[in-house]
Formats: sequence, structure tokens, C-alpha cells
Amino acid sequence: MKEWETVIGLEIHAQLSTQSKIFSASPTAYGAPPNAQANLVDLGYPGVLPVLNRAAVQMAVKFGLAIEAKISRHSVFARKNYFYPDLPKGYQISQYELPVVGPGAIDIVLDDGAHKRIGVTRAHLEEDAGKSLHEGLPGVSGIDLNRAGTPLIEIVSEPDMRSAKEAVAYMKKVHTLVRYLEICDGNMQEGSFRCDANVSVREKGAEKFGTRAEIKNLNSFRFVEKAINFEVARQIDLIESGGKVVQETRLYDPDKGETRSMRSKEEANDYRYFPDPDLLPLELTEDLIAGVRASLPELPDAKAARFSSQYGLSAYDAGVLTASRELAAYYEELASLVSGEPKLAANWVMGELAAALNKEGLEISGGKMSAARLAGLLKRISDKTISGKIAKEVFEAMWSEGAEADSVIESKGLRQITDTSAIERAIEEVMAKNPGQLAEYRSGKDKLFGFFVGQVMKATQGKANPAQLNELLKKKLAG
Amino acid sequence: MTVHGKTVAQLSEGLRRKEFSSVELTRVFLERIEASQPKLNALISVTAEEALQCAQAADRALASGNATPLTGVPIVHKDIFCTQGVKTTCGSRMLENFVAPYDATVVAKLKGAGTVMLGKANMDEFAMGSSNETSFFGAVRNPWNTDLVPGGSSGGSAAVVAARLAPAATATDTGGSIRQPAALCGVTGVKPTYGRVSRYGMIAFASSLDQGGIIAATAEDAALLLRAMAGFDPNDSTSVERDVPDYLSTLQAPLQGLKIGLLKEFFDKGLDAEVERRIRDALGVYEKLGATLREVSLPNLPLSVPAYYVVAPAECSSNLARFDGVRFGHRCENPRDLMDLYKRSRGEGFGAEVKRRIMTGTYVLSAGYYDAYYLKAQKVRRLIADDFARAFTEVDVVIGPTTPTPAFAIGAKTSDPVTMYLNDIYTIGANLAGVPAMSLPCGFVQGLPVGLQIVAPHFGEARMLNVAHLYQRETDWHARLPEGYA
Repeated sequence: MKEWETVIGLEIHAQLSTQSKIFSASPTAYGAPPNAQANLVDLGYPGVLPVLNRAAVQMAVKFGLAIEAKISRHSVFARKNYFYPDLPKGYQISQYELPVVGPGAIDIVLDDGAHKRIGVTRAHLEEDAGKSLHEGLPGVSGIDLNRAGTPLIEIVSEPDMRSAKEAVAYMKKVHTLVRYLEICDGNMQEGSFRCDANVSVREKGAEKFGTRAEIKNLNSFRFVEKAINFEVARQIDLIESGGKVVQETRLYDPDKGETRSMRSKEEANDYRYFPDPDLLPLELTEDLIAGVRASLPELPDAKAARFSSQYGLSAYDAGVLTASRELAAYYEELASLVSGEPKLAANWVMGELAAALNKEGLEISGGKMSAARLAGLLKRISDKTISGKIAKEVFEAMWSEGAEADSVIESKGLRQITDTSAIERAIEEVMAKNPGQLAEYRSGKDKLFGFFVGQVMKATQGKANPAQLNELLKKKLAG
Repeated sequence: MTVHGKTVAQLSEGLRRKEFSSVELTRVFLERIEASQPKLNALISVTAEEALQCAQAADRALASGNATPLTGVPIVHKDIFCTQGVKTTCGSRMLENFVAPYDATVVAKLKGAGTVMLGKANMDEFAMGSSNETSFFGAVRNPWNTDLVPGGSSGGSAAVVAARLAPAATATDTGGSIRQPAALCGVTGVKPTYGRVSRYGMIAFASSLDQGGIIAATAEDAALLLRAMAGFDPNDSTSVERDVPDYLSTLQAPLQGLKIGLLKEFFDKGLDAEVERRIRDALGVYEKLGATLREVSLPNLPLSVPAYYVVAPAECSSNLARFDGVRFGHRCENPRDLMDLYKRSRGEGFGAEVKRRIMTGTYVLSAGYYDAYYLKAQKVRRLIADDFARAFTEVDVVIGPTTPTPAFAIGAKTSDPVTMYLNDIYTIGANLAGVPAMSLPCGFVQGLPVGLQIVAPHFGEARMLNVAHLYQRETDWHARLPEGYA
């Protein structure tokens, strides 16, 4: 059996969150009726001309600076020529030989905690195409050009990834980054963030890359992983059974979980790229770059490192809490409201809160559980008014009723019992009810301690202070 | 003097003095257009009703004192400029019934200045041609001799002004399309610096070469109109943010000490001897006006025709891809599928010359040929631009012939595209370099007009118009009208 190595490179398309399109004044909002957001420029009418959107340029530069890439002071828009109904001009305005963002890199964390650097070859600005519509239109195809001209950056990686997991980790990292930078909403269902994967296999240790297949338009992390894994298995099977991988474009079918051929290299378009004579070369001034640099937020890696040192969190927890800007901001607000308990705050955000949000498909920024409200609960754990276990019950009530922690604790009488005599009374009752167990315990069966804790907790509806209970119970059982 | 024989400047004066109204003027020119159409075929659309309404509004503006120098002056637009609500065909079956939903910037500016549009001028299909024979709407005939071509691609605009169907007409110039027909029709045509006039709404042929301009009877009229047309347009990224000078105020500047360059390459063996004599005569006039002549050389200029016929088709092949039968323009009957829709719509909609250039352009941009053709042509273009820049360090303007010969017969060159392309040999250089150039009448050979070409440095329109105007003060070639149109 030969050993195989997978080689993956990704081309990520991120729609930029500009108000208007990259070369026209049409709005870019998603979901408008077909062609409601397509003006004469978007429709490619005779005589119209493109005018570059400055905000799109700034966003591309922002991305470049964030990955410490080379920012080209001089870049060129080129025409990529091909005929398709959703491409009104018969060419897409993109960047070819001289992209605005040059080489950079992105670090990902592997499963074993190790870091890996993935090279970014380039990132360039381009316009999106429209969409062909077939549903509900028997016998004809509809064209919706609302998306035509939406600004994109295409982020092209080096073939540095060696597994589907690495590819997903890289894609997630880019996803986090563009949302941190507020240059893309990252909405994958709406197609704001999608990728093409170039996949090949080679014998382990081989120098040369194998022939690659390009899987087009993957719009979820899960699909990326499944499509790559399917494709890798397909290619290995093919080679091991004596066949050859052909260079081609493939589509992933999520229903069948497989990739299938779309067109081969022979059928591929000759795009006849040439510089777009309607647009002057893009010349970036130092002022513009400095201005964008000044607007950069704290980036995910830097924030995670700070969370580790400032709040004493593990690298893993810091990574989870900085996965989005909103989550990190929420955590920081919570940690400052419940001072001295950063780990408690981290556990609650990643535990109960994340689970509750996830269950209802809500965003942390949605306001269902403000940091102030959760802080009210954590303070009661911190000052021992309630135990961690009771706190979960309080949280549930807060979540479903929208109440404050203190009012839930009061109305349900969940305040922890810290009165020594009350706990002693409960212990004595339990001992009286269970003479057999008491005798066994006293004859050396230490394990029964847990039984008595449980019985007392049951008798106090879980409200006995666990530390006090432990101490008192030991004394009483000892006799 | 007849009303139609007046220049724009004179008409402007007459309107102010109430010698005639804009409505009266408009009627005069509309009648001339109607009478000329069977003979010249200079217009594709005539917008009589709209013109009269517009003239009435102009008369009200003139009466209330809200007038510009162009208020009430009738003009014709080349049918390459989009005009809202009026058919814009670009001389093609592809756009036979295309009504533009917006005005080109040039159209909007001239409308804003108060001009009255009489109609849309015939032209070579998509501005590809040097004889106006490629128009889907039929050839335009030269008013000086209707067996001859008027030149192209702005042949309609040149014929309109030569026959005084309007005192001026807009035009465009990609390789000589303003200057060559102006020369062959005995009128004054100005191609401004690339970027001086907005291309927004001007249907693209070759974007890096196309430039809108004007054809009129005199340099003074051209100055008046150019002043209204030129300027930065936020809708055209290649238009230049630079103030438009008052071209009229410098028209009379003396030419004492003007350094005129004679291009060695213009006076080659392809130049008709009689045409050369008219050019030499004109240079004699300049010497009398105090100018000095010296020979300059643009060694790379002989490469301009081959470089042009790579760059222009390359851009055209991409610019014309949008005419696919999907959203506007000609669509074939009952397409079987998408490929059939594309093939038949484009096959039926475009004429032979347009197809030839799309094919050439597609070829030179193809993988494996790009470096050898397109990239090399762009390098040659750079060299030619450098040649011009060097020449303009030695001289103020370059003067020579506009075309090697006067107008030729309809049908004479249609069978051999290369012969036709060589007609642009003296004009293409200015497009490749982006510099302004113009043609003005400088005499006749066997009853046919000869054009004198003036080329100036980038944004040197004011000096160029001044040089042309002072020649026209000394001569009356520009005031001669063809028989039947006087």
C-alpha cells in the first residue's frame, strides 16, 4: 500500500460590505426583487463606464494589512472575457497580473495545538456576476443581476494545506478575519463567503504536485470538508486502479455527497485577459494606506494572546472566545462586570450561554442574554448566594422568562443555605432515616459519604452550601 | 448671406440680435435635411418634432436673457452618442431599434448649453470604417461628388456640415474618424486630447483610443462647441480632471515665432503630389504669419497602422461582447438554446467589417498570441507616444496632410480592407499617442477638398485652434460650399 499526501489550495471569495457596487452606484443589499438593484452600468448598457468604489479598495487594503501582505502601490484591473447570460458585459472586471494585495500569510492552529503558516499568494478585487434563475420559470431561464457588480476580494492561498481539516481551519480563520475587519458579513448561505478548492494527491515524499481538480463554489465549512475528503478518496482510488487524474473543474453535490465533472481543461475558456482600458491603473498613496492601517482593529491572534495573559485563560479558551469580535466583546464586558472571576465568566460563556444560543440559533449580539444580566448571575455564584448547580436552574429561568438573576433566586427561594444549624438539622434527619447506611459507613465503607451528601442535598432542594455541608457531614458521621 | 451659410458664431450673434428665431433656423435646417436625404443619406434619424419643441424653449430662453452662446443653435449628433428616448443605432442592425434610456454626457452638456438636436448622423457600423460604407443604413455620399465616399467613420457628421444640413455635428475619432471625413468633405474637425471629452454614453469601439469631438465649418465654431463639451466627468474614469480653457479667448493670438514641425514620415511616397502642393501652400501662409518650419521625425510612426489594427480590434472584441441578444439589441428568432441565441443574434446583428475586427481582436488576445501581438503593439504605442513627446520639445505643433488623397469612389476599396486601413496612415498616430489633432480645409484637387492636419501636444487644444483660426482668417477654403448646397 502506498502512502498518499493530499495537497489543497483555496480560492476564497468574500463579498465586501460596501453600500454600493464596485463599479456603479447600485445598492448591494441582499434579497431585493430580481433586477431591482441593477442599474445601466450593472446591465452593461451600451456607452456606460465603470467607476471604482473607493470603499472597496480600502477594504481590500485592510485585508492585506491584516495578513501583513505586500500592498501594491500600483495595481491594474483586467477584463476576463467569456460569454454567459449572468455576465452582462461579456467580461468580468477583475485583477490579473497586478493584484492589489501581494504575498502574505495566515496562521492556523491544528488539532494537536501546533501552529501552521498558510501562504496567501495574493488577494485581488473583482466584481461578482449575476445569477441565473430556473425555479418557477418553465421553459425559460431568468437572469437576476442584483448581485452583478457586487465587490469581491478573491483570496488565493498557496497549496499549503495537507488535509480537509487544515483547509477548514484556514477557511474559518479567513472567515473570522474578514468579519473582525468588518469588510464582509461572512454570510455563507447568502453566498457572501464561498470558496473553490484545488485538490490533488501525490505519493508521500514526492516533490511534484499531482494533477489537480478544482471544486467550485463551496459555501459551507462542512461542504468544504466533505467535498475535499470525497475528492481525495476519488483521486486515490482512480490512481490505485491504474487511472489518471485529469485537470478539470468539478461541482460538489451536497445531496449525494460527491463531486462530479463540470468541464475539462480542453473545454476551459480562454479568458483573453487584458488591462481594462476603461479604468486607470489603481495607484495607492501612502496616506490612504496609513489611514487604513490606523483603522485596523485588534486582530484575532493578538486578542487571543491578550486574553490568555490578561484573564489567565488557556490558549484553547482564548481561541474560542476570540472567534468573533462580538463574542470577544461580550466576554470582555462580562469579565469586567464580574471582576476577579475571568475563568468563571469564560466557562459560562462557552458552556451554558453558548449551548442556549446554539439551541435556538441565536447570535450573541442578539441581546437575548445581555452581559449585564449574566453578570448578575455570576456574582451570586461568586458570593456563594447560590451554588453552581443551582445557578444552572436560575440561568434557565432567566433565559426563558427574561428575568434578572436575583428575582429568580428570591421568587424560587433558591438562596443557598449557609446557616450551620439548619444544615445540621438536615444531616441529623438523614442519619436517623438511614441507620443501616450509617452503620456501614462507620464500619469503614467511606464510599457512602457521597450517598449522604446526595440525601442531604435532596432534603434541602440542593440549596445547602456544598463546602459547609461537606465539613459538617464529616463531623456528624464520625459520631 | 444665407442663413444656412452662417457659422455657429454668426448664428449665435443673429439669434441674440433677433435676426431670426431658433424655430426659424431649425425649420431651415430640417428642410435642408429632408431635401438632402435621398442624395446624401447623411442622417439615420431626424427628430423634427423634438427639435421644434426644443427650439421654442430656446427662443423663450433667448427672450428672457437666460441664454448661452449656443442657445438655439441646431446641431446633429453622431449616432454613436446615446440620446434618451431617441434611437441610437451606432450604424448597426444590432441596435436598429435600440432606444437609449439616457443621454451621453456630451449630449447632456450640449443640451444644457441650449443647442437644438435635429437628428442623428449616419456612420460606419460601430465606428469601424473609413468610408461610411459599413453602415447598416447605407453609405453616406460626399456632398462634393455623390459618387464618392465622405470618409468615415463620422462620414454622416462631415457630410451634414459640408452640405450645411446643420452648422455643426458631434463626431468621434478612434483612428482618424473625425479628421479623415472632415478632410474629404472640406470641413473643420477636431479630435481633442484623450480624456478631454467624456466617453460616457458614447458607444465604445476601442476605449483607449476613442475620443469625442466636433465637426464644424470653422475652428472658431469648433472652439465654441468644444468649450461646452469638454471637461471632467465623474462617470468616466479616463476623463481628466483639468479645467477647460476658454478656447475662444486665445483664438487671435499671433503666430509670430510659432515653431511648426513637418513630419518627414507624413511627406512620403504615398502622398498624392497635388495634395502635397496644397499642404506646402498652406505652410507658406504660416510662414507669412511669422511661423518657422522645421523638419521633425517620428521614427516609429510607420508602425502605427499595424499597432492600431491590433489594439483597436482587441478592445473592440471585448467591448462588443455585451451585444449578445440577451438584454437589448437584436435577438434572433426562436433560438434553440443559449449558444444558438448568441451565434445567430451576433451573426445577424453585426456586419462584415465588425465581424472581421472582432475575429482579429479575439485572435490577438488569445493565449499564446497575446505577447506577440497585443503586448508588442502596446510597446509600439508607447514608442510612438514617446516620439510625439520628443517632437513637441522641438516644435509647438506638427502640420501635414490629413489623408494621402482626396475622396475616393464608393466601392473602390471595399474589397481590400488593408487598402482601406492605409487611409488612416496619417491620423492614427495621434490616437495612439492620445494627443489632440484636427483637420481643416486647405484647397481643392480636381474639385475635391484637401485637409490640412494640425497635431498639438497633450491638452494643447487652445494653441491648435488658434493656429487653425489664423489660417482661416487668411483663406476662404472653409467658406466654400458644394454645388447644390450653397
